[in-house]
Amino acid sequence: MNRSVITGKRMSKVYHLPAEDIYAVNNIDLDIHEGDYVAIMGPSGSGKTTLLDILGCMDSLSSGELKVLGFDVSGKKEDELVKIRRGHIGFVFQEFLLIPTLTALENVEIPLHFARKNVKRAECIDLLGKVGLKHRINHLPKQLSGGEKQRVAIARALMASPKILIADEPTGNLDTKNSQEIFNVFQKLNQEGLTIIVATHDEQLGKQARRILHLKDGKICS
Amino acid sequence: MNLVSLSYKNLIRKKIRTGLTVGGVAIAVSVLVSLMGFDKGYQRGLKSDIDKMGYQLLVTAKGCPYEAATLMLQGGGGLRYMEQEVYSKIIQDSRIDKVTPQLVHTVADPDKNDGQGGMMLFMGIHPSLLELKPWMEYKMGGWFSSETALEVIMGYEAAELEQRVVGDQIYVPGIDQVLTVVGIFKRTGTQDDGIIFVPIQTARDLFKLDNKLTGIGIKLKQIDDLVDFQEDLYNEPGIQVISMAQVQGTIYNLISSARVMTNSIALIAVVIAVIGVINTILMSVFERTKEIGVMRALGASRLDIFKIIWFETVMICFIGGIFGNILAFLGGHLVEQLVRGVIPYVPSGQLIYITAPLVFSSFLGAVAMGLMAGIYPAIWASSLRPVEAVRGSE
Ligand SMILES: Nc1ncnc2c1ncn2[C@@H]1O[C@H](COP(=O)(O)OP(=O)(O)O)[C@@H](O)[C@H]1O
Ligand SMILES: [Mg+2]
Repeated sequence: MNRSVITGKRMSKVYHLPAEDIYAVNNIDLDIHEGDYVAIMGPSGSGKTTLLDILGCMDSLSSGELKVLGFDVSGKKEDELVKIRRGHIGFVFQEFLLIPTLTALENVEIPLHFARKNVKRAECIDLLGKVGLKHRINHLPKQLSGGEKQRVAIARALMASPKILIADEPTGNLDTKNSQEIFNVFQKLNQEGLTIIVATHDEQLGKQARRILHLKDGKICS
Repeated sequence: MNLVSLSYKNLIRKKIRTGLTVGGVAIAVSVLVSLMGFDKGYQRGLKSDIDKMGYQLLVTAKGCPYEAATLMLQGGGGLRYMEQEVYSKIIQDSRIDKVTPQLVHTVADPDKNDGQGGMMLFMGIHPSLLELKPWMEYKMGGWFSSETALEVIMGYEAAELEQRVVGDQIYVPGIDQVLTVVGIFKRTGTQDDGIIFVPIQTARDLFKLDNKLTGIGIKLKQIDDLVDFQEDLYNEPGIQVISMAQVQGTIYNLISSARVMTNSIALIAVVIAVIGVINTILMSVFERTKEIGVMRALGASRLDIFKIIWFETVMICFIGGIFGNILAFLGGHLVEQLVRGVIPYVPSGQLIYITAPLVFSSFLGAVAMGLMAGIYPAIWASSLRPVEAVRGSE
């Protein structure tokens, strides 16, 4: 068995609204190992995004414990969380969220600046090649299709050589063919040893992961 | 690609908005540079005008000192008359290095300015004038043939205006007299250029001003004696002594109220520009909330975000500074003409004097403006919580 990269115990995230308290993540225990490929599935509002944000050190817990890559994350402030994210965790979002003024290549370079690493152009081009976009490196996002944009976003997430890739409904804005391509990329990356956690509500795609967690009302039900 | 170019690319994303904001900054900077350049140019021009009077003190008949100061710089000496005795008495003083009497008289000339009418400015002078103003050289001809000759030497512009050369006859309206041009001075860049000079005795004869004077210019051997000398003459009846330093101060005071107004305009321009910059940057931050969130997710620290936004602001102001200076250079002429119309005395020479240190400090000012205007939007952007930023406001 590989070692744990994420260990969460009795994790909860509560939103206090005037009318009620919403348990977006409700008392979840979770263990994710190096090289895992986990699909988090569930209907809209079931807490997928909230859970991913917590696992990705973007958001803090209301209660419970969480260790990510050996760092104790529970109760940490944003300024410390960013140091864990930087260089350790890659993010892919449903809306791609590329920087529109930058070319594909420049978008991929971005995390290196924040990690204060030297930009190695060849590496960036290699990464774009890996997601099948070697011929698109100087294109601006608006010149790319949705599937291409998402693949640039994946390359960008991989740039700082993260241990964990977190993808929140990465195919939510894509058609079936493009969605499958994205999952093919994930498959390949996972085979190379990358830990991947992906949220989706598409059964077909979710099944391709090694492990599936069904989420309902902030709880894991299978 | 680095953070600075990220900021830059962001600015050119909304060209019109950025352009307008840069324009606002440019106007503020150009107003500032023009005004400060004007201040410098004015003081400089005034000082050079006063130095080129050649004397440190002017004795005139008692009257309004402001009026005297202004008239004198415009070539007159206050058109009130003193008696020749005053001159005879003053030249006894051993502290005097050089002294020259003047008799200024104006004659209305209905033909001047294409029939609109104007003034001919005559000044009766003594050879000692050229000792006080050694830079006055002849372009043509030379000094009068005698102390009572019916001859004139023309200032450069006075001659130029009427295309006069040595040997020409000029007609003096009113007294029905014709005078011969015997000399023309080179350009001095002062009011002397517009004057028609005649021997002082000739002026007295022509204008029926026997034994009269309008001014006595005095240069002392030692400038330290100036105050004492002035005090000694204080008690002489019917005359006043004005030092050039006082004239300078007086004229400068005259325009100081105008300066308060123009400085307020500059201040308003700066405030408006700063508000414009803050508004533009805030809007661009709001629009990019999600992008900022992504950058935070990808490892950008608060400081990184702060820097990106701050760079943008400073860049706007820096570019505004460049255009502002260009505008000040090009528009300075226009401002100069405007100013010439509203203030009481305008020295000759370039009025708006833009120096390298002025340009440099205006850049510093623009950058400082950017640094200040950028603080609030940059803090705002950098304190966005990454989760909320990424999810956006939907
Ligand atoms: N910032 C928030 N404030 C209040 N409630 C929130 C907030 N974010 C999410 N929620 C609530 O938490 C629950 C889970 O949301 P989310 O994690 O986005 O679900 P999913 O990604 O599975 O659609 C939902 O009921 C949602 O309304
Ligand atoms: Mg979601």
